[in-house]
Amino acid sequence: MSDDHVYLSLAEGHGDGDARWAFGTGFEDPLHGVSTAVPEDVDRAELAALCLALGDDALVTAQRLAEWTTRAPELEEEVALANIGLDLLGQARLLYARCGQVDGTGRGEDAYAYFRDADDFRNVRLAELPNGDFAFTIARQLVFASWRLAHFQRLTASADPVLAAVAAKGVKELTYHRQYAAEWFVRLGDGTEESHRRMRAGLDQVAPYLGELYAAHETGTEVLAVLRQAGEAAGLPLPDAPPLPGSGRRGDHTEHLAPLLAELQSVARAHPEAAW
Amino acid sequence: MTARQAGSSAEDGAPPGRRAHGDLQELFDETIARDQRIEPRDWMPDGYRKTLIRQVAQHAHSEIIGMQPEGEWITRAPSLRRKAILFAKVQDEAGHGLYLYSAAETLGADRADLTQRLIEGRQKYSSIFNYPTPTFADVGVIGWLVDGAAICNQVPLCRSSYGPYARAMVRICKEESFHQRQGYELLMTMMRGTGAQREMVQDAVNRWWWPSLMMFGPPDEDSPNSARSMAWKIKRHSNDELRQRFVDMTVPQAEKLGVTLPDPELRWNEERGRYDFGTPDWAELKRVISGDGPCNAERVARRRAAHEEGAWVREAAAAHAAKRAARQRKGVAA
Repeated sequence: MSDDHVYLSLAEGHGDGDARWAFGTGFEDPLHGVSTAVPEDVDRAELAALCLALGDDALVTAQRLAEWTTRAPELEEEVALANIGLDLLGQARLLYARCGQVDGTGRGEDAYAYFRDADDFRNVRLAELPNGDFAFTIARQLVFASWRLAHFQRLTASADPVLAAVAAKGVKELTYHRQYAAEWFVRLGDGTEESHRRMRAGLDQVAPYLGELYAAHETGTEVLAVLRQAGEAAGLPLPDAPPLPGSGRRGDHTEHLAPLLAELQSVARAHPEAAW
Repeated sequence: MTARQAGSSAEDGAPPGRRAHGDLQELFDETIARDQRIEPRDWMPDGYRKTLIRQVAQHAHSEIIGMQPEGEWITRAPSLRRKAILFAKVQDEAGHGLYLYSAAETLGADRADLTQRLIEGRQKYSSIFNYPTPTFADVGVIGWLVDGAAICNQVPLCRSSYGPYARAMVRICKEESFHQRQGYELLMTMMRGTGAQREMVQDAVNRWWWPSLMMFGPPDEDSPNSARSMAWKIKRHSNDELRQRFVDMTVPQAEKLGVTLPDPELRWNEERGRYDFGTPDWAELKRVISGDGPCNAERVARRRAAHEEGAWVREAAAAHAAKRAARQRKGVAA
C-alpha cells in the first residue's frame, strides 16, 4: 500500500467518479435472493403482526445494548455487547422490511422504527426495562436469547420463505447470544459474594416478565430448562414470581418505553423531510 | 545473524545480558537500516522500547476515548442503516484498542496499568477527541476528516519498524479507511438533502477542520521527539509533511461535496504543486493537550466511571476462574 497518496491507493480500482471516495459503503438488499412473494396460504395480517412484534423486540433490545457503549466493564464486553446489539438490529431491519411488504402499506424499515409511538410498539416489556447493572443486563439477555432462539428455531419452518430465512440467520446469532449470557450468568453467580448477590437481584427483577414471554409463544418449557440448567451451574435457582398483568404484545408498556423511543426517534423526527 | 537470533536466549542459549552491548546495538541498527522488523523477543534499546510503549499506549487510549464522541449518537442515529454503520464503527474502535493494548503488552506493558495511567491522566490520547459532537453531521465529518487524518498518520505506520505494531496497523488502516468512506458517504447524502442538513454539515466542517490539522502534532520545529522516532523508523514522515498531504488530499473532496473549508489562506500553489494553507492555532493545541479542551474532563471521567463500575465484574470473573481451576485440580487429584 503506497503512503504517498493514501486515499488514491486505498481507492485504487474503484473508478474515477466522485463515489470512489465512498466505495464499499452501499449495502445489499438484506432479502436479496429470497423470493418475497407471499405464499397464498399465509395470512398476511398475521404474518405482518408477527414480523412487527419480533422486529420491535429486537430493535428495543438493540437500543438498550447500544446504551452500554463506552460503559461496559471491560473492552471485550464492549465488543461482545455491540455484536449482540448489531445482530438484533439486523434482525429488526429484516423483519420490518418484511412487514412493509405484507401489511399492504409498502412502508420501509425506518417508518416502523421512527414514526410510530410507544402505544403502537408490540415488543415484550422485558426488552424495554432500563439496563440496570451488568448482572441485570446478563439476566435479561439470557432469558431473551433463550426465548427468541426457541421461537426462531420453529420459524425456520415458517410457510413464509422470508421469515424462514430471517429465522435461519437469526438462529446462529441467538445461539451465540445465549451462550455469551449463560457464561456470564455462571461466572457472576459463582464468582464473588457481591457478584452472586447482584446476579440474584438481576434474576429476581427479570422473573415477573417471564409469564409474558410464555404467553407470547409456547416455548416456556424450553426457556425454563435453560434457566434451570444455568441456574444450577451458577447456584441461582429460578425464583417464583407471579406474572405481571398486561402484555407488550397488546400495546401495554412500562413507563420506560416512551423515553427510549423519544431518544431513538429524536433526530429523525426533527428532520422528517431529510434523507440519511 | 539477526538481532532476534542475537537477542534470544531461548534460541542460542546465551542471555542477552551476556552479549556485548555494542554487538546488540549494532545488530539492532542493522535491522532498522535494512528495513526489517524488530520483534518482541529481539534486543532493543530502552529508549526504543519506552518510546514505542508510549506511542502504542497513546494510540490505544485514543481508540477507546475516541468511541465516546460518536458513541453518543448510536442511540439517536436517524435511520436504522446509519445506526448499524455507527454501532459497528464504534465497535471497531474498541477492537482497535484491544489489538493496540496487546501490541503494547508484547513490549512488557500491562493493559490494566495502562488503563490506570489513562484514567489518572498520566498518559495522553489524541486531543481531537476532546471536542464535542453537537449534531449528527459531526458523525460524518469525524469519519471524513478525523478518520482521514488518522489514515494519513497511520498508513505509514504499517511499515513501522516494530513488527506487532506494524501488523496491527495494517488491519486498523483497512477498517479506518472503511470508516472514512462511510463518513464521506453520509456527508454526500446530507449535502443532497435539505437546507438544514447542508447547514449542519458546513457547521461541523467549520468546527472540525482546524482540530483535524492539529492531529498531525505541533510543527516540526516544535516536535522534539520526532527526529529520534524517524531515525528508529517508528515514525516515517514529519508532522508537517503529513499535514500537507492531508490538505492536498482533502481539498478536492471538499470541493466535490460543496463545503467550504474555513481557511481564507487556502489556495493552490502552482509552483509547489501543493496547497498553501493557514497556520493552526498552536496555543489551542497546547491548551487541549494539557487538559484544558472542551471535553477533556468528561472523556476521562466516563472512562474512569466505566472502569470503576466494572471492577466487581472483573473481580467476579477472576474469582470464578480461580475456583474453577481449583475444582479441576481437585477432580484430577481424585
